[in-house]
Amino acid sequence: MLKIDDLHVRVAGKEILKGLSLEVAAGEVHAIMGPNGAGKSTLGNVLAGREGYEVTAGTIEYRGRDLLALEPEERAAEGVFLAFQYPVEIPGVNNTYFLRAALNAQRRHRGEPELDSMQFLKKVREKLAVLHLKDELLHRAVNEGFSGGEKKRNEIFQLALLEPRLAILDETDSGLDIDALRMVADGVNAMRDPGRAFLVVTHYQRLLEYIVPDVVHVLADGRIVESGDKSLALKLEEHGYAWIAGRHAPAPEGAGAAG
Amino acid sequence: MSALLDSLLGERAAPAALAGVRDAAIAALRDRGLPGPRDEAWKYTSLRALEQRRYVDGDCGARTRPVDVAFLPGPFAARLVFVNGLHREGLSAAGAVTGLAIERLGSRPDELAALLRSPPPADAFGELNAALALDGVRVRVAAGARIEAPVQIVHVGAPADGDVAWSLRVQVELGAGAQLRLVEHHVGSASNANLASIVTAYRLGAGARLELVQLQDAADGGTLVRRSDAMLEAEAALDLHTIEVGAQLARHDLVVGLAGRGARFRSRGVFALHGRQHVDTRLAVTHLARDTACDIAWRGVADQRSRGVFHGAITVAAGADGADAQLANKNLLLSAQAEIDTQPVLEIHADEVKAAHGATVGQLDERALFYLRSRGLPLDLARRVLVAAFCGAVLDGLEPALRAHVDALLATRLPQAEVLS
Repeated sequence: MLKIDDLHVRVAGKEILKGLSLEVAAGEVHAIMGPNGAGKSTLGNVLAGREGYEVTAGTIEYRGRDLLALEPEERAAEGVFLAFQYPVEIPGVNNTYFLRAALNAQRRHRGEPELDSMQFLKKVREKLAVLHLKDELLHRAVNEGFSGGEKKRNEIFQLALLEPRLAILDETDSGLDIDALRMVADGVNAMRDPGRAFLVVTHYQRLLEYIVPDVVHVLADGRIVESGDKSLALKLEEHGYAWIAGRHAPAPEGAGAAG
Repeated sequence: MSALLDSLLGERAAPAALAGVRDAAIAALRDRGLPGPRDEAWKYTSLRALEQRRYVDGDCGARTRPVDVAFLPGPFAARLVFVNGLHREGLSAAGAVTGLAIERLGSRPDELAALLRSPPPADAFGELNAALALDGVRVRVAAGARIEAPVQIVHVGAPADGDVAWSLRVQVELGAGAQLRLVEHHVGSASNANLASIVTAYRLGAGARLELVQLQDAADGGTLVRRSDAMLEAEAALDLHTIEVGAQLARHDLVVGLAGRGARFRSRGVFALHGRQHVDTRLAVTHLARDTACDIAWRGVADQRSRGVFHGAITVAAGADGADAQLANKNLLLSAQAEIDTQPVLEIHADEVKAAHGATVGQLDERALFYLRSRGLPLDLARRVLVAAFCGAVLDGLEPALRAHVDALLATRLPQAEVLS
């Protein structure tokens, strides 16, 4: 589904990703772990198409297409979803309006019929129930005045509603208490599907107890320096990132798709 | 003398009762001339191009020519339609409403002359207004009367045999404890390049309450100079929504005097400009009595090569202790060629005053834009959503049908705005 090859990315003139390679197949959950400043969030932003991230070398192939050639909204319509580390507050834009506009814009792009408000609300109610979220969320402005946990849950709610093929979770666990973390994980696990892949970017192993990954990668200094199964996350938890310090050789070819 | 004044200040056919007012106004105007670039109040709005233009004074056939006006939705207690400054009977409608008196002064030139002589205003456009006026209206609400449905005053600028200059004088008086909702709708019938001057005075007796909506959707090529002058007695309340999207050149002087203890002024305004529009809003609020309050939130959006000017001055006079003055002006530039100049001014001569004022000029939030796009909204839709949300922040409180009309209007007049419902 996703094949990143030798990706180099500069942000504000500074090279952050330095030859990152990664392959994710449909149905898999990959975790990206790594110390602060390793380039984890940069990876998520580049995949979603944020401006200001200059790709100086390398390729990203998504479902056989050049992902970098697509605008952010085209990526979304093609099934790429980024759950933001810091979801943006948008005063004055009602959540229901926003979600329906997003869903219908994606459907238009894919040549599918738009949902009318009845169909849309039915779908919304189903997803709210799965995530144990209240209706009240729909009547508020997008993320405005939401607590940190509510914002993260709203991201997962959007994920559930938009049903992307490739979901990137950028430190969705940060700032969540254990109950909220479980709720987020339940939401993600309910979405796991042979046709869908997840890239879970996290600093801590804790989230991976609830969202069990097929493959764990360690990102350090702009490269994947180690890949393995879920036990790698535990190893990191035990030994810290100092353990992989000094390793700069890319992981063996193909290790990323091992799950 | 400028070409403008030359074209307007000659002989004309008008009721004799108005001649005295006109002559006095012309004399003052000749003496004063139009404001120039050194005039602080006109610093950001040049009248040089306007001064070179010639207009026809009088109705030029507008009195009889049919006009096509899209009226605002909803019920009304009375609808008064003026086409190029002259009352149009056939488009107006008014039933008998207890406590509401509407006096049309076009047919009562003596009373019109008396109204034109009463202050305000002592400035060039006030004099121009008095010199050109052929019609006027006085709306009165009796003490204690509560008028449920709004009164609509519709100012239509219509094409005529030439570019017409016209003016109109309106007086709104609320007796003690009276309540009124008033909607002023400035609208263009087809495109025209008229020059319009409208002076409206609002007198609110003790405890009176006026909910006022000013919707300025004048014709693209027109020039509109307005002055709204409100005076509030004790515990009176003026609640104002102003929306400006029309005209080529528009100037609005909004002057509010909080004269009685506990008088309150709340206003929410927005201008949304495109093309080469130039819209200048000048607010002057004076706290003259104790425990008076004003709460002003104004927003501006400028696209393409348009220019917006906002000057918000609040003065707390000596003795007006306990005043509460809040002014916030936020502006959004949608193009590199657009410009917005904003100047909040606070002058305090009293003690124990609570005051805050601030102004910003910025661009669309890139993070919000990316967030919307990352969920699938195309760039143009994402921009329109954010612009509409920005404007919408000062439109809360409008009656729903009117709000829907304004949202749709913003979406049409500003190609980068969306209807958020």
